[in-house]
Amino acid sequence: MLINDGIPTAEDLAKVLPSEERLNKGPIAITECFQEIACNPCVAACPHHAISMEPDINATPKVDPDKCIGCRVCVAKCPGLAIFVVDMTQSEGTAAVTFPFEYIPVPEKGQLACGLNRAGEEMGWFPVLRAVSGGKKNLTYMITLEVPKELAMEVRNIKAGGYRDGK
Amino acid sequence: MIRDVEVLVIGGGPAGLCAAKAAADSGAHVLLLERDDTPGGQLVKQTHKFFGSERQFAGTRGFQIGEMLVDEINAHENIELMTDATVLGMYEDGIVTVLKDEKHLKLRPVKTIIATGAAEKFLTFPNNDLPGIYGAGAVQTLMNVGGVKPADKVVMVGAGNIGLIVSYQMLQAGVEVECVVEALPNIGGFLVHASKLRRAGVPILTRWTVKEAYGNGKLEGVILCQLDDKWQQIPGTEKDVPCDTLCLAVGLTPLAELAWQAGARCEYIRELSGHVPICDENLMTTVEGLYCAGDVSGIEEASSAMVEGRLAGYAVAVALGYDVENAQKEVDAAKAELVELRSGPMGGKIRAGIAKVEQKRGEA
Repeated sequence: MLINDGIPTAEDLAKVLPSEERLNKGPIAITECFQEIACNPCVAACPHHAISMEPDINATPKVDPDKCIGCRVCVAKCPGLAIFVVDMTQSEGTAAVTFPFEYIPVPEKGQLACGLNRAGEEMGWFPVLRAVSGGKKNLTYMITLEVPKELAMEVRNIKAGGYRDGK
Repeated sequence: MIRDVEVLVIGGGPAGLCAAKAAADSGAHVLLLERDDTPGGQLVKQTHKFFGSERQFAGTRGFQIGEMLVDEINAHENIELMTDATVLGMYEDGIVTVLKDEKHLKLRPVKTIIATGAAEKFLTFPNNDLPGIYGAGAVQTLMNVGGVKPADKVVMVGAGNIGLIVSYQMLQAGVEVECVVEALPNIGGFLVHASKLRRAGVPILTRWTVKEAYGNGKLEGVILCQLDDKWQQIPGTEKDVPCDTLCLAVGLTPLAELAWQAGARCEYIRELSGHVPICDENLMTTVEGLYCAGDVSGIEEASSAMVEGRLAGYAVAVALGYDVENAQKEVDAAKAELVELRSGPMGGKIRAGIAKVEQKRGEA
């Protein structure tokens, strides 16, 4: 369970996963933030006012699936590194998963990186579609990985280093 | 010679910096004392982004908040910052003695804010004196202040925020983090910190503890074991984990000695993690003119320490008659912020501690 091993369960995830219909329309942010803590930078970070927190700063964030366009701005802003963007429309068989990354070295676009799931288990080698810095002050990178569709809700990190070139 | 001081702030961490700025912004003259050679306290080594709301600089990394606050203090004409200055004693007649550059200074402050923070707790187990066994704070200083990789392979004890955050920072520094062990049945720190570690492959073992450490002249490994519901070690569950470093993050305890010395009433309050001064709602102790802010009056997040500093600083300004109308507004705003920060499920412990402080105050 999340509270004693740090791994969100299927029940936890069910509370934040968008509908299949919405996922098939394009990229959307998923806030894997399950604990009521006093924290709200994601609300101000969203340029589309798609993230809300009611009644106060201690609530967990809610993403409005109609307002969110999956722009990824929130990914580097969340202090808990708990927001991911999933795009199920990347290609017929693949999805693009964006996650925050704060290790060195940072992979380059086009390299292959070893994808990890929420338990840190290796899920295979996948191409890096983007590696974007959150800025000089923010310092968090946003990595986008192209994974098979069936792993879109599994892969949430990469192993730092050991990147391979090309396909 | 005794030097007269209007507002004395002891400690240049998040609470002390905010207290000094609040009092000085209102017009008071502040002397800020810091024991270390640089101000900032624990902020200087916090490389993670802070939680909370905009007013507590949420989303900004701790060391960046520290730099910002220190820049403001240095630029402030009403604040004198004295580093390498250790307060030695507070006397009944209100005199405060300080060690600075091998000299014994005597100060006579009108108002004093103690913001001395906290110290790390230790853990008892066989061979806990082997080199290679550190407090998490020391490891964090080595890494994030000194730029030294502190270990090759580490076991972390404690899954509170400090244990989780320092484990993550060690991963970032290229240290192999074998596991985090936690005696409690649940992770005490923020679960987002735990998940961040877990998806990097670090197991978090709840209901586990260190049975003993071993090594010839330095740490070579630890024996971990499981605990039952009554905190007893379960025979047969021992696991030998080779490592060169064991890091302890088993809690903090308030550094309230100066308040004791000054004659402030202190009580043991478990929820606040030790003996703490009994303060009123403006953070004044039972000694007139003596205030406490930050971890010294109960262990909490740095966000709350900053707000408490602001509260005490403005409360002192009101008491001295500086910019009273605005300062009172700021006092009320800080109180409301603290209520909000402490209102969630994670604030249960601190709320219970504060309730006990209020009860003790009523008994006096």
